[in-house]
Amino acid sequence: MSIDFLPDKPIYQQLIDRILGDIMRGTLAAGEKLPSVREYAVEVGVNANTMQRVYKELEQMEITETRRGQGSFVTEDQEKITALRNEMKEQLITTFLQNVAAFGFTTDEIVKCLQERGADND
Amino acid sequence: MLIMINLEHIVKKYGSKRALQDVTLSIPRGKVIGLVGENGSGKSTLLKMMAGLLTPNSGSAEFDGKPITRRIASRIAYMSDTDDFYTYFTVQQLIDFYESQFEDFDVLKAKEIVQFLNVPLDSKIKSLSKGNRGRVKIAVTLAREADVYLLDEPFSGLDPMVRDDISKGLIRFTDTERQTVIMSTHEIREVEPLLDEIIVMRGGVIIAHEAVDVIRDFYGVDATSWMVSLFRDGKQEGNVK
Repeated sequence: MSIDFLPDKPIYQQLIDRILGDIMRGTLAAGEKLPSVREYAVEVGVNANTMQRVYKELEQMEITETRRGQGSFVTEDQEKITALRNEMKEQLITTFLQNVAAFGFTTDEIVKCLQERGADND
Repeated sequence: MLIMINLEHIVKKYGSKRALQDVTLSIPRGKVIGLVGENGSGKSTLLKMMAGLLTPNSGSAEFDGKPITRRIASRIAYMSDTDDFYTYFTVQQLIDFYESQFEDFDVLKAKEIVQFLNVPLDSKIKSLSKGNRGRVKIAVTLAREADVYLLDEPFSGLDPMVRDDISKGLIRFTDTERQTVIMSTHEIREVEPLLDEIIVMRGGVIIAHEAVDVIRDFYGVDATSWMVSLFRDGKQEGNVK
């Protein structure tokens, strides 16, 4: 079934995030083959040009690689995936802390809250 | 970027009514383009003009550097918004008929699309549901190996499942490396993920022509909100005059 896209971000960007998420969660494993551009485009219901751009940008990020005549694969280089996870983590925290400051919370207050949440979940 | 269709200062009148007023437009190869606007804004006339079904009162229309005439039909596949099949045909007979009419018609591709869309080949057109007739219509259109597909309201009046099937058929059976698709639609929110570019028409004039990524990147909104703001700003300008 086609997926719903957020209105304020380019569709190709949302698809890149979706695939990065699949890789970081391990839904797409290191070294695993991605569907062809056309297959994936049909699956999520987007234009093949958009999907082509997604694959090209993932390759430029060195998160996937294209093997001639075989298609695209998730990188087997674990270090690259770890680096991606760390980078995303930093991004998440930065955005989060900006919001924290904007609403007038202190970092200490929020850290305490997070620790309590963490303890609840364990 | 390779331009396939080039329109320069096209005017088309029906009697004293101007359906197209000074339309200038370039359509590149390998793009999927949505044509939007209110009823009567000139979308169908523009599609028929590009298909060579209408001649302009003034201005020039070219395909691949040559004037568009009725003979261009051999490279441009046009799908009208009406249901004009011979209803006593079966789907198979309709496919055979199309093969006799169009040199570029690919029977195997037609059957593949019909199967992909789950329509039985031996059913009579007249016994098909509206949704299945919509599926068959897009199947015989896309089975032509044309350079350009001009689709007039391919989703109109069909339920969501059929619209989804038709979208997937479009993605699966057109090649964006060499073919261009131009479709008029009212379902802009739903169709946006299929599009590279959007052309907005109003009163026979093209009021905007923009890439979908640019709309989202530059204006920070989806195509629907962008369109609404275009119309709102346009109306305000109108009031000032």
